[in-house]
Amino acid sequence: MNKEGVILIAEDDEGHFELIKRSLQRAGVCNEILRFADGQETLDFLFVRGDGPKREHDKEYLLLLDIRMPKIDGIEVLEKVKEDPELKKIPVVMLTTTDDPRTIDRCHKLGCSIYVVKPVEYQDFAEAVRKVGLLLSVVEVPQINGMPKTKGVVK
Amino acid sequence: MNKDAVILIAEDDPGHVELVKRNLWRSCVDNDILPFKDGQEILDFLFKRDDKAKRDEKAFYLLLLDIRMPKVDGLEVLRQIKEDEELRKIPVIILTTTDETSEINRFYEMGCSFYMIKPADYTKFMEAVENLGTFLSLEWVKVPLVDGVGAC
Repeated sequence: MNKEGVILIAEDDEGHFELIKRSLQRAGVCNEILRFADGQETLDFLFVRGDGPKREHDKEYLLLLDIRMPKIDGIEVLEKVKEDPELKKIPVVMLTTTDDPRTIDRCHKLGCSIYVVKPVEYQDFAEAVRKVGLLLSVVEVPQINGMPKTKGVVK
Repeated sequence: MNKDAVILIAEDDPGHVELVKRNLWRSCVDNDILPFKDGQEILDFLFKRDDKAKRDEKAFYLLLLDIRMPKVDGLEVLRQIKEDEELRKIPVIILTTTDETSEINRFYEMGCSFYMIKPADYTKFMEAVENLGTFLSLEWVKVPLVDGVGAC
């Protein structure tokens, strides 16, 4: 992933977010990291609507996505992202406590890049995320151009 | 990754296949690894058109896919996989020497999971595969069960 690429983390648990961020940094990932506390915030950012921070043109993004979040859950976020002709290019890594095979199946059908279960033990969790970081440091991520085609959200 | 998941490698260069296998093992990946020498072979396996080597009815797979291959290239392989209701669930990681931005874009549009460039430098190539392997060796990485027959 290029240095200019931005890592988006949709995670409602502040403690988990801090741990994820630190573990990525431990793997040598020094990209900008943005946090979203729920699915709504994530979608507002990506579809460039609302008052919060907004996605920029011609930038590379990668999304780490929790499933259980207030307002809009991660599955719906994944669905919306993968339905959009431009946003669908964003690699989405599911990072969640849910290890139900049906959910794993569903997310892959919808087009997540990979599915990682959050280990319960703190150390294991940190180590798992560090290894996600090692992967991120050797993959290319596409630029997302233009505005989404969804009606009524383009400003 | 799930212990019983199988890693499929579609790569026409036998040297690269060996290097990838060795470095996945070095990073403690102990999943079965099955090589395919061109796009036709991997499609025949996945769509069960080959009597000798065809995928199991119920199994977990992840595919490492080269782009430039004889007979059928990586883009066509990815297209057919992602158009199939069941096979589309298989995570496909592109592993290629092509570093054009337009290619990277196109493969993500078609639904690849990740796009990795093979570094020309041997040591860097080994390191990149090791990083990939270190990630894949995580028991917390879950790939789905592919259980359909696949449309022919």
